[in-house]
Amino acid sequence: MKQLYSIPLVRGLVWLVIGLAAGIAFVVGIRFALELPVMGRYLFTEHAWVFGGVVGTLAFLAKHGVMDGWFKVWKGEEEAEHHEDPEGWIKYLGPSLDHKVIGIQYTVTAIILFLVGGLFALIFRTELAFEGQQFLTPDQYNTMMSLHGMVMIVSILLGISGLINYLVPLLIGAPDMAFPRLNAFSYWISVPAAIWLLLSMPLGGVETGWTGYPPLSALPTKVGQQMFFLGVFVAGWSSILGALNLIVTVVRMRARGMTAFRMPIFVWSAIATSLIALTATQLIGLSFQMVMFQRLFGMGFFDPAKGGNPILFQHLFWFYSHPAVYVFILPGLGVVSELLPVFVRKPLFGYRWVAMSSLGIALVGFIVWAHHMFTSGMNEYLRVPFMYSTLLVAVPTGVKFFSWVATIWQGKIPSPMPTAFLFVVGSILVFLMGGLSGPPNAIVTTDLHLHDTYWIVGHFHNTFFGGFVFPFFAALYYWFPKATGRRLDERLGRWHFWLMASSFFVLSLGMMRVGLLGMRRRIFDYDPELGFQTTHIVMTVAAFLIALSVVIFFVNLVRSLRYGEAVIGNLWNSRSPEWQVPSPMPAHNYSAPLVVVGEPYDYGLPGSRYVDFAPAKVGD
Amino acid sequence: MRHFIIVGLLVILVTLGTYFGLDAVGLLPVDASAQASPIDFLWDLQLIVLSFLFALIVVPLVYSLIVFRRKPGDTEDAVHVEGNTKLEVTWTVIPLITVVAFAYLGAWSLRETRRADPQAMVVRVIAQQFAWSFEYPEYGGFITDQLYLPIGRQVLLQMTSRDVIHSFWVPEFRVKQDVLPGRETQLRITPTRMGRYKVRCAELCGAAHYSMENAVIVVDQVAFEKWAQEQRMAFETAQTPEQKGERLVRANGCLGCHTLTGQVLVGPSWKGLFGSERKFADGTTTIADEAYIIESILNPAAKIVAGFQTANPMPAYVFDEEQLSYIIAYLKTLK
Repeated sequence: MKQLYSIPLVRGLVWLVIGLAAGIAFVVGIRFALELPVMGRYLFTEHAWVFGGVVGTLAFLAKHGVMDGWFKVWKGEEEAEHHEDPEGWIKYLGPSLDHKVIGIQYTVTAIILFLVGGLFALIFRTELAFEGQQFLTPDQYNTMMSLHGMVMIVSILLGISGLINYLVPLLIGAPDMAFPRLNAFSYWISVPAAIWLLLSMPLGGVETGWTGYPPLSALPTKVGQQMFFLGVFVAGWSSILGALNLIVTVVRMRARGMTAFRMPIFVWSAIATSLIALTATQLIGLSFQMVMFQRLFGMGFFDPAKGGNPILFQHLFWFYSHPAVYVFILPGLGVVSELLPVFVRKPLFGYRWVAMSSLGIALVGFIVWAHHMFTSGMNEYLRVPFMYSTLLVAVPTGVKFFSWVATIWQGKIPSPMPTAFLFVVGSILVFLMGGLSGPPNAIVTTDLHLHDTYWIVGHFHNTFFGGFVFPFFAALYYWFPKATGRRLDERLGRWHFWLMASSFFVLSLGMMRVGLLGMRRRIFDYDPELGFQTTHIVMTVAAFLIALSVVIFFVNLVRSLRYGEAVIGNLWNSRSPEWQVPSPMPAHNYSAPLVVVGEPYDYGLPGSRYVDFAPAKVGD
Repeated sequence: MRHFIIVGLLVILVTLGTYFGLDAVGLLPVDASAQASPIDFLWDLQLIVLSFLFALIVVPLVYSLIVFRRKPGDTEDAVHVEGNTKLEVTWTVIPLITVVAFAYLGAWSLRETRRADPQAMVVRVIAQQFAWSFEYPEYGGFITDQLYLPIGRQVLLQMTSRDVIHSFWVPEFRVKQDVLPGRETQLRITPTRMGRYKVRCAELCGAAHYSMENAVIVVDQVAFEKWAQEQRMAFETAQTPEQKGERLVRANGCLGCHTLTGQVLVGPSWKGLFGSERKFADGTTTIADEAYIIESILNPAAKIVAGFQTANPMPAYVFDEEQLSYIIAYLKTLK
């Protein structure tokens, strides 16, 4: 028992529950003293649950150990620059300061949430397979659908943090991130966030979709809605602080000689994505906080009866949430650009253009948010400038596609194609479907038909699978040997890829098809007159096949951790610095400082090198 | 050079195949309004360009994967090409011109869909969880739960919501507009094809959002006048209490949650309600008499029927005693 309690994660969770109880007890006590009703529809009142959640979060962070370093400094005690991690898997449950451990913590948490979100999708997908009610109630359906959205979004945010944390210091030759304690804090705050998000289920659920539009989200019927807001609010801290850390790291800690245009392309996309996350996440936090206050304190920000404006919420919400979709995809596109040259043995075509296109997407992304609101009833004439700005996004995105194709053109395609390369190619094709289904939504009039239909659902699933899921798997197959010293099985990998890619095309094309014909988003059941049942059955089968491919991936992951082919050297014959040292990566990365002496992707240029290791100075 | 010619030809073939293939499948529902024409025209134009772009990326990609395979025993790197500024400028500038052209066309088609006819007939649309009602102020202000429209005449929908945000969408009319509480939004529609359609709420509005669908019926001018005058007569002249009750029920969207067929939505069905025994969430029972029904309308939270605890709570309605008696008279007819 005592041994169990000594595990930081367990200790944190115990204190999370204690904090929750204490917060609830505090509010209950005050309400009792004021002779207000103490109990609510979900055991306690909404105020008690929210305050409990806030106290629980703080208790988790305080007792888990992630803030111990700061506490020591505040008390004036000695705090070592580095901590040595304990041996074995136990280090992943504690507040490690090593960016590689934190990267893996992020990645594993992302995968767990990915499974939870995927399970929700399977449940409500099965409900939708046939006309009429199957086994869910409309309320349960809305909860599943809403949480599928938000859990997947948090999963993606953690997944990209995982990639960025693990890779960026290695790629720029840094020993760690600039602020290791802040880094650990950014990860660990996402754990209570995920718990509050999922706790919304037993507390009545969520009925608004991930967008949480008031006045619907402000109806005081379900405490779950409030826990959903709290969870997202807390998760936002993780994004903001992680982004800050990354930007400082890249600006301050690059290897000697690594000028801006000699950085690996993934670092460019990480910078672009972090610029957005650092400056826009506040807006979703703010908009959700305002709804929370409307519910808790009766502040009528979005309540027309009190002079509030429901459309204001949509502006605030999308000011983050549109750029956020570029947060989701830019790192994935960076992975594609990073791996393509290695596999086809050719320089990345138009490196500077690809790097600038990431920044271009990030910056244009800030002035397009109202394209989500073409039907909302906002100022009619504002729709036209937002149409122009939105369509501009197509230009830098096009630059990426053309550059990828030009990179592959006359390259030397490996034979047989490794799984990581298959996933890179899959990313390009799936993201292409997402990209091509985008402009019709940007053009006001065609969007009047498409808005809030399954066409949109198909569109953004294509962008997220092409921009995140496929590149994420590509990165896992590619860098797994770097992290573990073993490689994932190729045969199972190919099964995983072909099953997932083909089923996903069926699923997403089916979504677009029914959407164009009149299937609305977020509906629990559809009108039999529309004749959609056959398509829905096919889509449901495809969804289960995707799930099967993920199961295959897990079998592969678990087996390869133990029995995978041992790989120590430069498996992919890459020029990148992390492959110039043996795998798995040592705890403090490179034993000697890196010096950049060439271009990152000069494949095919005889005698060229990207990095050298500086000889250790005598007495250093 | 040979590669470029083959790929160029394949791009043309795949473009045509994709466009005509999609065209043959048929992607959109029938068009039933004048506003649909510019939208469908623009959609078709986009489909051509998107088919071309699809081919432009997929063909060279797949071609490379097949043709540029590494030969067995070849360990060399590929040709060292870092980029081509002219090419990059080309594929930046041409897409830029294309999207600006499309944005211009988008603005043009938006103007077409908003073209106002001063003779337009006004219909007031009231949305609430989970039903639509329609008021015809030019015909004495009767309210129905079906949207009847005459063909060829523009209708100006003046829309507002009683509770949360809804969205007015008839897929066959193409255009869509959110309906907000506390303010009015507008939509102009000129029906061009007779038939029965449905207005489907497109903005998630709660548990029974999925079933928030009301009939939209487009008829010719003569049939519309006949229908409207009948409704007006029925609305203005004396009627039985049962008829008045039904009118109140339809005008207040009650049927969005309570069906007449026994099917269960977010609220209990009204079929055979009056005089039946009701079981409540707290375990008690009562006979559904007049007092119970009046209480359930004026203070819906007082007694919750078992099985409906977690569903959306019904808002309290305000009716005078006379109106309540009409509603009860109507409920008695629902065997």
